[in-house]
Amino acid sequence: MKQGQLALVVLAVLFSFSIHAETVIVTLEKDNALAVIDPIEGKLIKTIPIGQRPRGIALSPDNKFLYVATSDDDTVKIIDAETFKEVGELPSGEDPETFALNPTGDRLYVSNEDDHLVTVIDIVNKKEVAQIKVGIEPEGIAVSSDNQWAVSASETTNMIHWIDVKTNKIVENTLVDARPRAANFTADNKQLWVTSEMAGTLMILDVATKQIIKKIKLDIQGVSFNKIQPVGIVIDKERVWGYVAIGPANRVAVINAQTLEVEKFLLVGQRVWNLAFSPDQKRLYTTNGRSNDVSIIDLEKHQVTKSVAVGRFPWGIVSKP
Amino acid sequence: MKYMKAVQIFFIFLGLTLIPPVYAKAVQAIKISYITQEQNIPSALSNLDVFVQNKGMMGANIAIDDNNTTGQFTGQTFILNRIVVPVDGNVIQSFKQQVSADTPFVIANLPAQVLKQLADLDSAKDKLIFDATTTEDDLRNRECRDNILHMLPSRAMRADALAQYMMKKRWNQWLLVTGMTQGDQLYAQAIKRAAKRFGMKIVAEKKWTHTYDARRTAQSDVPVFTQGIDYDVLVVADEQGLFGEYLDYRSWLPRPIIGTQGLVPTSWHKTHEQWGAVQIQNRFKALAGRQMLEQDYGAYLAARSIGEAAVRTQSNKMQTIYDYLVGDEFALQGYKGNPLSFRSWNGQLRQPVLLAAARSLVATAPVEGFLHPKTELDTLGFDQPESTCHQEVINDNSVVPINTNSDIVQDEITVDKLIQQFKDYYNNLKGNK
Repeated sequence: MKQGQLALVVLAVLFSFSIHAETVIVTLEKDNALAVIDPIEGKLIKTIPIGQRPRGIALSPDNKFLYVATSDDDTVKIIDAETFKEVGELPSGEDPETFALNPTGDRLYVSNEDDHLVTVIDIVNKKEVAQIKVGIEPEGIAVSSDNQWAVSASETTNMIHWIDVKTNKIVENTLVDARPRAANFTADNKQLWVTSEMAGTLMILDVATKQIIKKIKLDIQGVSFNKIQPVGIVIDKERVWGYVAIGPANRVAVINAQTLEVEKFLLVGQRVWNLAFSPDQKRLYTTNGRSNDVSIIDLEKHQVTKSVAVGRFPWGIVSKP
Repeated sequence: MKYMKAVQIFFIFLGLTLIPPVYAKAVQAIKISYITQEQNIPSALSNLDVFVQNKGMMGANIAIDDNNTTGQFTGQTFILNRIVVPVDGNVIQSFKQQVSADTPFVIANLPAQVLKQLADLDSAKDKLIFDATTTEDDLRNRECRDNILHMLPSRAMRADALAQYMMKKRWNQWLLVTGMTQGDQLYAQAIKRAAKRFGMKIVAEKKWTHTYDARRTAQSDVPVFTQGIDYDVLVVADEQGLFGEYLDYRSWLPRPIIGTQGLVPTSWHKTHEQWGAVQIQNRFKALAGRQMLEQDYGAYLAARSIGEAAVRTQSNKMQTIYDYLVGDEFALQGYKGNPLSFRSWNGQLRQPVLLAAARSLVATAPVEGFLHPKTELDTLGFDQPESTCHQEVINDNSVVPINTNSDIVQDEITVDKLIQQFKDYYNNLKGNK
């Protein structure tokens, strides 16, 4: 009995060591679970049941908690990022899909697609503090790292709504290409990058003027236009490279973030949806919804090095140091 | 006197402070009329499908709500005047009486015959009519009107969608079964055109003249009716659904049914969930308490087209909106992947056509591999070189004006080239077969 316990402790210690290297956590929309990956080994470590239809996921700035939108449970769950045990729930409004965490980690901005609202949640008190009426079918959402702007992209209204986080009011709207999907700020908060699923474009907005300063048409030779449906965007801290997931085109666009030109396309798994950097920004991880895997991209060589089978419909992704 | 002035100033001040900020910006009104006529409940094959009286209207309603949500941010308000003419009423009269002179946009949910009369009225000349319902090819060809835009795919587009998928499956021996109504004849015509276009063979053509109460006789009628012919698929043209449902599982040979029943080409279907469609399906169900139907989708797209053009141009004027709609910039999101736009030569909305079985979406046309020099969406229906609609579109260079100036030589070359490209393309297709 004692020996058994000891073995368990040893196992637990070993296990926690392996976790401390770096873990990538993926929501599996159809398996109602989280997949935990060791990206160095390129292996799936385990799968943990989480709730109905998990999609959006974020990691708290102190790396202690995960927030996971379980859409069909109408809630955002708070998960201990070490033990993966549920420690609480946030009142997200109906059918939460995407959300954004503010840089201080105390506010969550959730898109409620069917009600045309952005719900602002006070994480500490687990309370809704505001509901902001936005355009039809809000989806993409992002908060600037200087905690000044929350932006919401509405897919049918075709607008970016600029929400002042101090007042929780929309102060400006920018009309963008049809069906905007995702939005992300550059680290210097000077630009907002937005993808349009319908037009197949990446639009670069100037945060000061709220105007589009550049439109990049994502044409891929040999891929029919209706497969060019750009979604997730990440931009590195130095604003050297930006990356855009192009959904059913099964590719990630590598964008020179200085010249704002496409450098190349990397072939990944099918219907690539969302992207996440490794903490040191040496690797990029992609969720491939239809091929049920995660591609690992080496960012020094801009090469896909591995794909890890994770489970059905991988959707959201974060990486934890 | 001084006292009066002070009071005046006070009131002006009070007035200013009381005006809510939202009215500070002038609101632009975009006026739209929706017109339809109630229908007698038609005879139906099955009691399973409930007759829906307000087909179309609910689609317009949800689009107007969507437009007004956007309008809050752009200082625009969309006003929908709903006109429902009773069964025994007169549509033309109702139109004259109830559509105001300052309403530039009309969404019509009316049969082709009535729509033509309506479009030809003097009072309709300066209006833009959105046909949310008809599938008539004639109305898009030699009977076309300059002031009508068509939201739903024509019969030809539907038939081409079917043919593309059949070609992919190599199910190219067709048995065509046609019903007795005029609509059935037109559907069969479209099927024959598509068969020719995509190299399908109609091995036999039969008219269904049996009793419509197929519940009694289907088991014995259908096997005999289909006996002695070898084919890959049975194509049925029965738009009202009087007998088509009873062909499946009863034919002599085990063969799939396609056309108006079985695998149907349609602009919208309850099984469609891709490209965000599940969102509009859910929103529609919440609003209307039923599934979204084709006419609802047609009216939705009509009102959304007006909304999209008005927001992008910041205008409520007919000509400005029209120019934007038929121009290159217009890209409507219709929950079908591709952006939707209008064919400048006949006012038809280009769009993918869904191929749906009762409980599963089988494919979407244009089917992959069918190419076109301009847009693959134009592999469906009458393409520009084939069109017999010679409407003159003002401010649109891509349409050839008839009987006019020296530009015509230049334009003819373009059309010739297009025709040649088109011929090459189909010859190639045939060659590859």
